[in-house]
Amino acid sequence: MTDNKTLAERLRERGVSRRGFMKFCAATASMMALPPLMIPRIAAALEQARRPSVIWLSFQECTGCTESLTRSHAPTIEGLIFDHISLDYHHTLQAAAGDAAEHAREAAMQENEGEYLLVVDGSIPLKDDGIYSTIAGITNLSMLEDVAAGAAAIISVGTCAAFGGIPHANPNPTGAVGVSEIITDKPIVNVPGCPPIPTVITGVLAHYLTFGRLPELDSLNRPMVFFGQTIHDRCYRRPFYERGQFADTFDDEGARKGWCLFKLGCKGPTTYNACATAKWNDSVSFPIQAGHGCIGCSEPNFWDKGAFYEPLSAGRWGTPAALGAAVVAGAAIGLGSAALARKRQAEASEEKDI
Amino acid sequence: MDNLESIAVRVEDGLDESLRTDNVWPLLRQIEQALQSLQESGSETVIDLGAMPFSAQDEQDLRERLGRGEVNATVEAFGPTLVQETAFAGVWLVEYLDAEQRRLTLHLQIARIPDLLITPADDLADSLASLRRANRDFSAAPTEDVQ
Repeated sequence: MTDNKTLAERLRERGVSRRGFMKFCAATASMMALPPLMIPRIAAALEQARRPSVIWLSFQECTGCTESLTRSHAPTIEGLIFDHISLDYHHTLQAAAGDAAEHAREAAMQENEGEYLLVVDGSIPLKDDGIYSTIAGITNLSMLEDVAAGAAAIISVGTCAAFGGIPHANPNPTGAVGVSEIITDKPIVNVPGCPPIPTVITGVLAHYLTFGRLPELDSLNRPMVFFGQTIHDRCYRRPFYERGQFADTFDDEGARKGWCLFKLGCKGPTTYNACATAKWNDSVSFPIQAGHGCIGCSEPNFWDKGAFYEPLSAGRWGTPAALGAAVVAGAAIGLGSAALARKRQAEASEEKDI
Repeated sequence: MDNLESIAVRVEDGLDESLRTDNVWPLLRQIEQALQSLQESGSETVIDLGAMPFSAQDEQDLRERLGRGEVNATVEAFGPTLVQETAFAGVWLVEYLDAEQRRLTLHLQIARIPDLLITPADDLADSLASLRRANRDFSAAPTEDVQ
């Protein structure tokens, strides 16, 4: 349940000094993809940040999103941010079960009416009145509508909650949809990814703690600071793309030399996410660094957009023979989209810098 | 299975280490401009190297270009932070690590002295009160005869 201690007070209690707190703020700024000039503002805001109540609902999902968030090793910035929120309901993590768990959710909703954050992972089945997924005898649809009514804002974590994800994939037997197709009268942030990067999930929470509001969003309601640029824009293999150096198979000379994976189906040029900079497993690596192209998991309908191992240009131009021209044209599109993405991110930074 | 050699997979050494993103040169020009601003107006600059495509080879190239200066400090707060002055006075590399030595972020700071090394103003009052308390305890403690 909520209490009145600020984040700074909690860190002090843990023996974190003022310098440690400033370091925490520097790391938080980096995690939120904000410029270092924002560090003093983050420090001032976090000093006063109170502990928000969070209700986390899991619907048609694989629990990968929760795994992503909880698999980081303590003590981390993500851990400290996550510890600071009051997670009042999460049926995978909470000790309570059955009626006691549902009573905890109802109590948190009542106590924090209009102020709690609702986090959702998993899609919601609509077919046959939503009977394909229920919790405590309540359909996902009914529980979402009930809890969303009193929420200050909703964070849809993972591609399933954001866009329907894999349950939504053809033929979509349960009629699965994302949160924003049901709830239309609340602010919603989509944090897609299969799963999303843990620092992106906590980055959104940190932004809410810091500024008391949700971050600037793109046309798909994704935070611009993390989704303002494509994987391709920030990929360390981008210079090879510009030079026309591509791996043609997973075991040829180009693959061994770390050349661009565009011809092997990398969806980096059309995928907006922060994998190339935030990376995974405590910033060790990300799929492209491990030698596999991006599969575009943070984009809507990624599962139904064609084969993961066909180049983007094959879908556009149809035949492998046209690939050479496609790559040249793709480079031009890549440069254009990079310029556009930089403009969009610059605008987001300006809007934030108030 | 007896040893790793029996696995039919060959690991290519040094794959990522040799990759460069071409970002070192523009970065050096940015540092030059920031240093000029510091000299002319006292304006400080912080560049987050974690926010741009920057390979391990890029970082090694950058460190070689910038060299090492006279000051080298470690701040032990919420894990170590390594503060290294480069061969160019006013240009600092500040590497933030967590308690398990994992990097949180790497900053280039163009400043007379990095913020993290300055005693925080908020701590001065606590520090003075703490020292006064310690001195009071010390003066009140019975002195032992020295043989």
